[in-house]
Amino acid sequence: MISRRDFLKFSLLAGTGIGLSGLTGKLIWAGGTASREGLRAPTISTASKKWVFLVDTYKCVGCGLCVRACKLENETPYDAPVTRTWVERYVVKKDGSVVADSPMGGRDGYLKNDPQGIIVPPDEIAKAFFVPKLCNQCTNPPCVQVCPVGATYRSPDGVVLVDRKWCIGCGYCIMACPYGVRFFHPVYKVAEKCNFCYHRIWNGMRPACVDACPFGARLIGDINDPSDPVANVIRTERVAVLKEEFGTKPNVYYLNFDSVVR
Amino acid sequence: MEEVHGSLWTLKELFTYPNEYVYWSLQIVLYPFMTGLVAGAFVLSSLYHVFERKELKEMARLSLVFSYALLVAAPLPLLFHLLQPPRGFYVFFTPHFTSAIAAFGVVFFAYAAIVASEIWFVNRKLFIEQAMRLKDAPGLGNRIKHMVYRVWSLGARDLSELALRKDERAVKALAAVGIPVACFLHGYAGFIFGSVKANALWMTPLMPIIFIMSAIVSGIALSMLTYIVIFELRRLKRKRPGAPAPRGAELNVIKMTSKYLILFMVTAMTLELLDLVFRGYTAVKHWDILRTVIYERDFVNIFVLQYGLGNLLPLALFLLPGLTLRRALIALALVLMGVFMMRWNVVIGGQSFSLTLSGYMHYKMPLIPTNYETYKEGLWGGLTIMASPFFFLWILNKVIPVIKED
Amino acid sequence: MKSHVLRPLYVVLAIVAGIFLARPFIVPADFGVHESGYMYGWYRKGNEEDWKNFKIKFKTREYCKDCHPETYSSVMKSPHSIIHCENCHGLAADHPEDPAKLSVPRQREHCLRCHSALPYPSTGRASIRGIDPDEHNTGVECVSCHSPHSPVSNPPSPPFSKGGMGGFEGGGR
Repeated sequence: MISRRDFLKFSLLAGTGIGLSGLTGKLIWAGGTASREGLRAPTISTASKKWVFLVDTYKCVGCGLCVRACKLENETPYDAPVTRTWVERYVVKKDGSVVADSPMGGRDGYLKNDPQGIIVPPDEIAKAFFVPKLCNQCTNPPCVQVCPVGATYRSPDGVVLVDRKWCIGCGYCIMACPYGVRFFHPVYKVAEKCNFCYHRIWNGMRPACVDACPFGARLIGDINDPSDPVANVIRTERVAVLKEEFGTKPNVYYLNFDSVVR
Repeated sequence: MEEVHGSLWTLKELFTYPNEYVYWSLQIVLYPFMTGLVAGAFVLSSLYHVFERKELKEMARLSLVFSYALLVAAPLPLLFHLLQPPRGFYVFFTPHFTSAIAAFGVVFFAYAAIVASEIWFVNRKLFIEQAMRLKDAPGLGNRIKHMVYRVWSLGARDLSELALRKDERAVKALAAVGIPVACFLHGYAGFIFGSVKANALWMTPLMPIIFIMSAIVSGIALSMLTYIVIFELRRLKRKRPGAPAPRGAELNVIKMTSKYLILFMVTAMTLELLDLVFRGYTAVKHWDILRTVIYERDFVNIFVLQYGLGNLLPLALFLLPGLTLRRALIALALVLMGVFMMRWNVVIGGQSFSLTLSGYMHYKMPLIPTNYETYKEGLWGGLTIMASPFFFLWILNKVIPVIKED
Repeated sequence: MKSHVLRPLYVVLAIVAGIFLARPFIVPADFGVHESGYMYGWYRKGNEEDWKNFKIKFKTREYCKDCHPETYSSVMKSPHSIIHCENCHGLAADHPEDPAKLSVPRQREHCLRCHSALPYPSTGRASIRGIDPDEHNTGVECVSCHSPHSPVSNPPSPPFSKGGMGGFEGGGR
């Protein structure tokens, strides 16, 4: 059997290994976080834009025109079961149970009262509503943190982008996102996600889903602009964010939110 | 229509997000499995070099070379998994060290350097002797071998007593340094999963240590198993009638090594059970769905295959008196299956439930490949990967004999 | 005789040096730490331009009104003014160069996106006039009776033949 001396020798070596990893990890991460803008509280500055999004789940009727417009604008293959943005339906029954679904992301709208394919009698419904979802462009994006090669990043105006030419397709960012907004692009074979239609917003247009929504359920604004009405709503009215407990500091805010929303 | 990676082998139930699929499938199960075998085999060989367990000499030689064959095979699951394999080396050019995968790439390279260096020092004398022997030998095969040995000798031709003693000290130093690096390596593999806060099953600080322990278990078990198989085959294949029969596998070597195996197995099991108990006790938001995954849907995978057949049964087989080589062989195969199931239950299990915490996903492993993707991430891709270290070992054996004839 | 012990180390260092020597040829010059710091801003700066140059396809109704003034004004006077032309007809992109023609969705499913009545009172859906698709003229195209460009001022009348103009004002078709 192993002698006490040898056991201690082994433990010391193993402990050194574990300790070294912890120490180097701390040095690397600390060095990285020191310059991270995300640590500082957001300051209102007219010099830089910072995009925020507002979703009103009361106004959303589940027509799915936003999903359709997004797929066409951003060239996500229309019939592929992935999408940059989607709409979820929640049907809360009187017995408290919740049935939720999002067939093809709501691309074709919701034509029947059949969440998860089962018709729910109208008199059993306590409340039901639609929740549009998209990338939250988090201030502390875990997906960016875990990219091994620097293929995804946060632009100076707060949008998280993917470099299609550099992504190696490992999928770590997809696993790291708590909101499930990322996926592998079926054609380009790299990571893909909503980017607030960066090609539109940088020159004054609005994202395709915002334009497409007939009911004004989706709005985009600049939190650093004191005259921006969207920023004003976020600042002054009761808004919620998704999965706050993960510390991601999302930049998509919800009006008329509900606790059953996943 | 282009297929969506992941949708081909994912069955979704109830409510899941549209973009959720089992993205990390069989190849990601195999990658920590293979690197774990590397680390474990190396630690075993170091037990001989550093702690001078003389009885482990033959085992140490085998496990060192095998760990190198495994090292060469270990990046293959990654190359199969990446959607852009030619860009895989970007991790060496623009590493983003906030990612555990980037750090892992650098550590892996350092570890490969250590293992390769140690093999060099152990075999330097052999390289030079073989190079000299094959110097003017005829035939293309011999000429190739001669060149290989010459290059591998790195021009260090000194075979004096002093030089050889330097070799031995270098081996000892590398073996010693290699142990914490092996722990570092597998600690990082565990960190890759344990740090993903989005995944309710993966996120735990215990993950790095659980991975290290089970990596060592798998490495030791594979070395023991290969030792038994190789030495017994050698014994059964008599070379010349009348010549003394080659020594087969020695039971006391197995008994001795099994004590280390048991030590690490018990540690790994304790940590995993601790994690499970804590989760059930604290019962946070995701516990409802996690409970149904662990105790109902994946019950057989976790409690029957991994803990039962993969841990408890081999433990009993080793601890019961009257250990035979055959019983050890069965126990070792079960241990390896158990470690594989642990990786499976972590990787696939973590993707068995949706981020919505109200839905499930099932990985339907592609059995018959219909295209390149279903080959790579299916059964046959897995079998290719699992066979590859043995293939590399066979090649390495031609230039670095695993079994030294006394 | 110099010690040979460091030879393997030299090999490793040579490989590392090789990586550093090859790096400028493989990694673009604008790859580095940018505004968001190392953790969130380690990337190739030129990628921001790549995304800015992505083709804009959804033009909004302002793009359509100059060539299709009658349809435009008809829609704008109706409750369907909240719907962009492209929501039904597909994205304009460089129409009329490319694509030369836009699609005309005649199938029921398109209208039912909003007009299939769903018993969900806690959303805006409840305030849209809708029908039960399994009861109301099953199998018939909505546009056979209803004009999407002027749904209120052109109430349903006997069905028009497919491809006819009836009830559809505006140019282009």
